Amino acid sequence: MNTRGKVFKYPDNVDTDVIIPARFLNTPDAKELALHCMEDIDPEFVKKVQTGDVIVGGWNFGCGSSREHAPLVIKTCGIGCVIAKSFARIFYRNSINIGFPILECAEAAEEIDADDEVEVNFNTGVITNLTTGKTYKAQPFPPFIQNIIKSGGLLKSLRESENNG
Amino acid sequence: MGMTMTQKILAAHAGLDKVADGQLIAAKLDIVLGNDITTPVAVNEFKKAGFDKVFDQDRVAIVLDHFVPNKDIKAAEQSKICREFAGSHCISHFYDVGKMGIEHVLLPEQGIVTAGDCIIGADSHTCTYGALGAFSTGVGSTDMAAGMATGKAWFKVPSAIKFNLTGKLPPNCSGKDVILTIIGSIGVDGALYKSMEFTGDGVHGLSMDDRLCICNMAIEAGAKNGIFPVDDVTMGYLNGRSERTPVVFEADTDAEYERIIDIDLAIIVPTVACPHLPENTCPASELHDIEIDQVVIGSCTNGRIEDMEAAYNILRGKEVAAGIRCIIIPGTMQILRECVERGWYTAFIDAGAVVSTPTCGPCLGGYMGILAAGERCLATTNRNFVGRMGHVASEVYLASPHTAAASALAGYITEYKGV
Repeated sequence: MNTRGKVFKYPDNVDTDVIIPARFLNTPDAKELALHCMEDIDPEFVKKVQTGDVIVGGWNFGCGSSREHAPLVIKTCGIGCVIAKSFARIFYRNSINIGFPILECAEAAEEIDADDEVEVNFNTGVITNLTTGKTYKAQPFPPFIQNIIKSGGLLKSLRESENNG
Repeated sequence: MGMTMTQKILAAHAGLDKVADGQLIAAKLDIVLGNDITTPVAVNEFKKAGFDKVFDQDRVAIVLDHFVPNKDIKAAEQSKICREFAGSHCISHFYDVGKMGIEHVLLPEQGIVTAGDCIIGADSHTCTYGALGAFSTGVGSTDMAAGMATGKAWFKVPSAIKFNLTGKLPPNCSGKDVILTIIGSIGVDGALYKSMEFTGDGVHGLSMDDRLCICNMAIEAGAKNGIFPVDDVTMGYLNGRSERTPVVFEADTDAEYERIIDIDLAIIVPTVACPHLPENTCPASELHDIEIDQVVIGSCTNGRIEDMEAAYNILRGKEVAAGIRCIIIPGTMQILRECVERGWYTAFIDAGAVVSTPTCGPCLGGYMGILAAGERCLATTNRNFVGRMGHVASEVYLASPHTAAASALAGYITEYKGV
């Protein structure tokens, strides 16, 4: 599993209220919600984002509300992966549960710039900045979590283990 | 090496004698909670995965509190999904308009959550119930769906920071000032992935409403959960209320903590978190000439009876400053009723405030008090992120009900100095 695309870079403590403001949460429809992804921090985001692009954040990415709508709209917009110095725990959990890859790598998150072209290999955790040529290695997930992501999310993995059990 | 209080609750619910920091476990859940924003997504996932029944109709709680009475057609459609799901699965703890309250005020009040429980809720402030001596944490909708289907959730066992509380709070301070002071000191990710375990002699002087408020904002320091030991105050609150028997867990005396932080409650001062992060705190007395347009007293953080009482004691017989919109939101119908019966409702109206039905409304910029560009609100809510209560160019300051009520009278941010 890989993703390759351009980088959108954001600061520390990006909260779920700016990822998807609550004023739009009167619908659970991911496609409709995705039209407002990052709107309060970067109104240009939805106009520019292309499938495979990567979000790079700082410390505590996804803090605040537990709304799963946050990783869901980022995924629905076509973002292939979020790389950050650290993630808020509910965002981290929600991303895994919906089968959306995220990587913690402080060095990559510090050095990669906006608009750089990057390639991410989820199996190895290797992040390559194609613009600078530098590579980084993120902490791989424990096997239990890798299985959830590989299955495409928590519920699919529960179903698989039921069928196998 | 011993276990923390949180680790002991998790071990018991995972059927293990012992768990350690970092261990991945599957734990049995006592209560699975959702609201009108997160439940529709969970219902969709639940159905998509082919589940057709909940693990226990008495262990699922669905509370419509964010956008009810429904603010618009879309919100009504979302609530309808919840109503139909609750109806078809005979969910016993389903709370709609007329019975509902703000979920984290309602569940403890109704005795649905109790000491020793392991609880997940698709709402980040689910960490509130740690005040009762439970392990309780916020999750997303997929976790809620899985929890409803299986009665279990996966957890990575957290390490803990111990907060050793001593002394007694000054009369113009409350739990809100304690937790804002802590977040100001450790930062919005100061307890990331960890438990915040509150302990020490100072605990006994904190009311249940103070403890609920403190645990409520553990998430604002990034924590997985906040938790208080069970004492006479807890048992006094739970007796006659809790629908299940409380189970008391205590941290081992040789439990290991990542950090121990001493807090002398006697030197806490009225504290305000300035825009746009809850960690941007300073004493209310150091903020000068910050004029406000709106005051909100309510939310899952401060919508309890003691919060209403603090507002009443300060607002009674006085008048809110000209140009200030003062919105008071009792957290549940029972609290609203008490405000009526004690004459506080009338006193609020006489002071020029407005009293709302219980709702999360303005806290997350939903409705019932949205800010325009350039407007400023002092709120007893829990988040002051960019655009949280309305326009991206509006501002939210966070404080206690004492500070909020005193500021409503003054028209600018000020501490309550007492009568």
